[in-house]
Amino acid sequence: MTSLPKPRGRLSDAVLLALRELPEQPVERIDAEPESDDDAAITLWTLHELHYRGFDEVDDRAEWEPELLRVRRRLEERLEAALRERWPGVPDGLDLQRDFFDWVADHDGPSIARHVHTAATRDQVLDLLRVRSVYHLKEADPTTWVVPRLPVGPKAALVELQFDEYGVGDPARLHAVLFAQGMEASGLRADYAAYVDEAPAEILEQNNALSMFGLQRRLRASALGHLAAFEATSSMPSRRMAQGLDRLGFPAEMAAYYTEHVEADAVHEQTALRDICVALVAEEPVLEADVWFGAWACLDLEDRTARRLLSGWGVAA
Amino acid sequence: MTRPATRPDVVMCPGGPMLLRGDHVVVDDDGVSHATTRPVSAVCRCGKSASKPWCDGTHKVLPPKLRP
Ligand code: FES
Repeated sequence: MTSLPKPRGRLSDAVLLALRELPEQPVERIDAEPESDDDAAITLWTLHELHYRGFDEVDDRAEWEPELLRVRRRLEERLEAALRERWPGVPDGLDLQRDFFDWVADHDGPSIARHVHTAATRDQVLDLLRVRSVYHLKEADPTTWVVPRLPVGPKAALVELQFDEYGVGDPARLHAVLFAQGMEASGLRADYAAYVDEAPAEILEQNNALSMFGLQRRLRASALGHLAAFEATSSMPSRRMAQGLDRLGFPAEMAAYYTEHVEADAVHEQTALRDICVALVAEEPVLEADVWFGAWACLDLEDRTARRLLSGWGVAA
Repeated sequence: MTRPATRPDVVMCPGGPMLLRGDHVVVDDDGVSHATTRPVSAVCRCGKSASKPWCDGTHKVLPPKLRP
């Protein structure tokens, strides 16, 4: 059961009120500007959720309500503009297939996994699991939007990768379910979006960028670049997470989620790059810049989240 | 529509693992058998994985001349 989040400012207030009043009250024009990044991020997260699982107290027709789509578009433009302003552009002289992994490795951002591995307290890890659950409980879903928008080669390769994410047809092995089992075993709530009110804007922006890349066909190649960077930064950090969880005495189910990702993502990073991104660019060369943009966005948004969480714990990033 | 290229079952990734598509049993250095469990599996070729015989991404932190 998913409930609406708490508002974080004028705009989210207006949108949440409109959602609650549907279908009895038509949505009036909403012109409020977001008061803060938090206000913008929680509003966009809520509007995106209408395309996934919806909310108990909201009429399902809200998904295609024109005024809400207009607000969503305005917020997506704001998010994309902020990303593009920070983006240094396509890296000079690099070949996507040959240089991608080294480019990712050269990106030296703050690492939450390293902190969890050696130094984090139990409470810090509980904080982390709660806010990461906003994504992990719907892991892989945003990228599934992209499937029908691809030529056959990258499409088949993406479905092969997603099939593994979705547990090879076994619901008990679905990655989102492994995470939920870990949450429950750790004494946390495993229901969808249970902790969204605790998530800082940076976490919501990570989720929102993924949903935006997935939902907008124009940005399909960025969704896949994001996927390639995400997979390429997963195996070794997942190992550190699993060891950190063991160090702190977390239940085996929680570490198992991360252990699964060590080997799974060592495969996925290869196929996401070679069979999906490189294959797509071979067919549609104009999309290469978008692949790099999506990959960079993945690293940038994770850096911001890491800095936010680490500084909240009083750890130098 | 042109006929898609045939998909390989075994792929050598430059500097990285060997990908295996489908179900296989891999015997490691010590003679122990490991069955694949996923649609595609990555077999370590650099010798440095902590999850051998499977790749765990360690090859990426090796200097280029030590990568497969
Ligand atoms: S080839 Fe990847 S860890 Fe050895």
